[in-house]
Amino acid sequence: MVPKRLGTWDVLVVVVLAAVVVASSVLVDGFATSRFWGFLLLDVIPVALIALPMTLVIITGEIDLSVASVLGLSSAVMGQLWLSGTPLPLILPLVVLLGAVCGAVNGLFVTGFGLPSLAVTIGTLALYRGLSYVVLGDRAVADFPFSWTGAFIEPLPGTTVPWVAVVVLGLAVVFGVVLHATPIGRALFAMGNNDQAATFSGISVARTKFRLFVLTGAIAALAGFFWTMRYASARADNGGGLELAVVAAVLLGGVSIFGGRGTLAGVLAGVLLLITLRNALQLADVPADTLTVVTGTLLIISVVGPNAATMLRERLRRRRPA
Amino acid sequence: MPEQTTTDTPALTLAGARKSFGAVHALVDGRLELRAGEVHGLVGENGAGKSTLVKVLAGVHAPDEGELTLGGRPAVLGGPADARAAGIAVIYQEPTLFPDLSVAENIFMGRQPLRSLRRIDTAAMRRRTRELFAQLGVQLDPDRPARGLSIADQQLVEIAKALSFDARVLVMDEPTAALSGVEVERLFAVVRSLRESGAAILFISHRFDEVFALCDRITVMRDGRWVSTDPVGQLTVGQVVRRMVGREVSALYPKQDTQVGDVVLSVRGLTRAGVFDAVSFDVRGGEIVALAGLVGAGRSEVVRAVFGVDRYDTGEILVGGRRLPRGRPAAAMAAGVALVPEDRRQQGLVMELPIERNVTLTRRWSLSRLGLLGPRAEREDAHRWTRLLQVKVGHLSDPVSTLSGGNQQKVVLAKWLSTGPKVLIVDEPTRGIDVGTKAEVHRLMSQLAGEGVAVLMVSSELPEVLGMADRVLVMHEGRLVEEIARERADEESVMLAATGQAGRP
Repeated sequence: MVPKRLGTWDVLVVVVLAAVVVASSVLVDGFATSRFWGFLLLDVIPVALIALPMTLVIITGEIDLSVASVLGLSSAVMGQLWLSGTPLPLILPLVVLLGAVCGAVNGLFVTGFGLPSLAVTIGTLALYRGLSYVVLGDRAVADFPFSWTGAFIEPLPGTTVPWVAVVVLGLAVVFGVVLHATPIGRALFAMGNNDQAATFSGISVARTKFRLFVLTGAIAALAGFFWTMRYASARADNGGGLELAVVAAVLLGGVSIFGGRGTLAGVLAGVLLLITLRNALQLADVPADTLTVVTGTLLIISVVGPNAATMLRERLRRRRPA
Repeated sequence: MPEQTTTDTPALTLAGARKSFGAVHALVDGRLELRAGEVHGLVGENGAGKSTLVKVLAGVHAPDEGELTLGGRPAVLGGPADARAAGIAVIYQEPTLFPDLSVAENIFMGRQPLRSLRRIDTAAMRRRTRELFAQLGVQLDPDRPARGLSIADQQLVEIAKALSFDARVLVMDEPTAALSGVEVERLFAVVRSLRESGAAILFISHRFDEVFALCDRITVMRDGRWVSTDPVGQLTVGQVVRRMVGREVSALYPKQDTQVGDVVLSVRGLTRAGVFDAVSFDVRGGEIVALAGLVGAGRSEVVRAVFGVDRYDTGEILVGGRRLPRGRPAAAMAAGVALVPEDRRQQGLVMELPIERNVTLTRRWSLSRLGLLGPRAEREDAHRWTRLLQVKVGHLSDPVSTLSGGNQQKVVLAKWLSTGPKVLIVDEPTRGIDVGTKAEVHRLMSQLAGEGVAVLMVSSELPEVLGMADRVLVMHEGRLVEEIARERADEESVMLAATGQAGRP
C-alpha cells in the first residue's frame, strides 16, 4: 500500500525529471549518450551521498549547512597528509574521523547548548572553510597516484555507470530502510514533528540529533575523499557552495524544511532532477552564472511548492472533514 | 419557565441553528436564549456541538440555517468583526495576547485612542485601562508586558478588552480549565459583577460544581441538538448528566476494592531547587494514589521528574527496589513506568502523525523484527489496542489530530497501557474530555489497579480525587504537606491542605 503523502509532490518531481530528460534528449546535442550519463552520475555521487544524512537531519527539524566546508577541509587535510607521506589507505579513515569530529562540534552546539542549527552551521560553514585554507593555503596537491584516482571514476565493466554510483545507491537503500522501516526512522519523524512529545515517548532527542550530526560530518568527509580522487586534486576550495545544491535537492525531493515530513525516494529524485537539469544546461552552453540562478530558483520552488500543495490539500480537507 | 424580572427582550436568541461540515453534522438544532443580567451555563459532552455554537456566535462559522437575534432584532454575522461590532465577545480557554506588548496596548490593539497627527495617546490608553480594571475590581499594571501573565490574568485582560468595546454578550469557553481554585474564585467575582451591570454571559464548563455555583440557567446539548434549558434551582447534577449522555451513568467513579501489594514506586527526598522540596512517598501495587494540590504546587513537575523528562537536584527514585537513573525516560520505561502527560496535544501525542504510529511509538523496538518495523505489524497492533479501548477511529492512517479530545486521550492511554506498565502515572487524565469517556478512563484505572498496577494520579478535580484514590497526597508550594487516607478524605480536608492551612502530617 502506498502511503498517502507519497502521492503528490514526489510523483510530481519524478514526472518533471522525466520531462527534463525527454526534452533534453531532443533539444540538447550529446545529452542522450551513455558517455554524458557516465559524467552526470559522477556529478550526482557527492550530492547524493551528502543528501542521505542531510535528509535525516532535516526530517528531525535541523539543518547542516557546513557540509561543503567539511568536504573542503577533508580535501585540504588529505592533501597535507599526502605531502607529509601518509599512505592513502590510512588517510581515508583519518579524514572520515575528522569529518565526524566536525559533525560532533556542530552537534554539541545544537544539542548541548540548545542553539539553532541554522546559526551554528552557518558559523561552522565559515570556520571549517577557513581552517581548510589554514591547512593547505591556496595550493593544490595533485600528485595522487593514478591507480587510486583512476579507480574512483572507473565504470562497471561494459557500461559507463561508475561503480561508486552503485555503492551510493546501495547506501541510499540502507538509509531508505532505516528511515521508513525501522524504529529509528519512526523516532526521527516523531521528533521532527514534535520533539516534546517524542521526549515524553522515551525517545532521546538530543542524543539522536547529535549522532546524526556526527554521521553527516563523516559522510561529508567521505564525499571530500571522493571529490579529491575524482578531480585528482586536493584544494581548500573544493566543493564550495555544494551545501546549497544538497539542501536544494533534499527540499526539492519533498522533505519539509520544518521537519517531520519527507521520503528518501523523493530525495533521490530531487538530486537527479537538480543535477540533470544543471548538466543539460551546461551541455547546451548556458553560462555558469545562470546555473547558480537555476539552483537558487529550484530551492525557492522546492520550499514554496510542497507548502502550497499542503495548503491546497488542507483547504480541500477542511471543505470535507473526515 | 418562570418569569425573570431582569428584562423582557432577551439579549440574544439563536433558534434552529444548523451547521454541517460535509457529512459531519456538528450542529443540528442549536437553540439559545441569553437574557441581560444572567449567567447562562452551557453543558454537553465533547462533540455535542458547544464549540460550533460558540463559533457561530463569534462569527467564525456562518450557520447553514437558523435565526439569530440581538436585542430582539434579527442579525447576520459575516465574520468575527461583525460579532464584535454587535457587542459579542468570546473569551477563550487560553487567550492569545501579544506577549511583547503591554497590557494596555493589548486591550486597545487596532483601536488605540489617537492624538493629533495620528499619534497614539498612550496616557489616555493607560487611563482607560485603569478604569476598566477598576470596574472589574482587579489589580493589574497596564504598563507591564503580557508575557509572563498567568492564564487567569490573561483572561482578565480579554474581559477588559470586551468591556472596552461595550460588549453586552460575553461567551466564556471553558475559562476555568487551566485555573487554580483561587483564580477561579476571582474570575467568578468578576463574572458576577458583570452580571450585576446587565451583561449576558454564556459560561461553558465541564465542571458541574462551577456551573451550579455560578449560573442562573443551564442549557444542555447533546449530539448537536438543544436538549433543555432550566433554572439552576430546578436541576440536580444527576439530571444534567443524564440529559448530556442520554443514559444513566451508573457509577461515575467505579472504584473497586483491590488487594494492595508491595511497594512498587518509592520516591525519596526528591528535591529541585525552587520547584519541589524533599518529596517522599510510596505507591504500592494495586493502589491508586492521588497527588492533589493547586495548580503550580509542583505536582506535574514531580511526576515528570519521576519519569525522567524533568531533572531533579537530589533524592532518589526506586522502582521495584531498583534505582532509576536521572533524566532518562527510556530507562524509566524499561523499568515499567508509564506517564500519561498533562498536555495531550504537546506532550502526549504527535498530532501530525497517524493514529497507528502514535499508538505504537512507545513500542517501536518490541514490535520490530531483526530491526525492521513494517507497517503491517504497527497496524495490527494499533488495531488491537484501539479496539480494546474502544477508540472511535475512521482510518488508523489518519492523523491523530482528526480525533475528538476524548478519543485522543484514549490513544495516549493505549500507547502507554500497551507497554504493560508496573507503575502508571496519569497527569490530569480526564481534563477536557466528555463525561462518557471520563467514566471509561476511570474504569480503566480501577481495572489496572485491580491487576496489581501501581497508579499515581495527578488531578485538579476534587470529585475525581475523592472518588478514585485509596490515598490522597496533598502538595502545597512544592512540599508534600498531607497524606489523607480514603476514609478521611473529603473536599474540606484536601482543600485545607492544598491551601496550606493544615499542619504537617
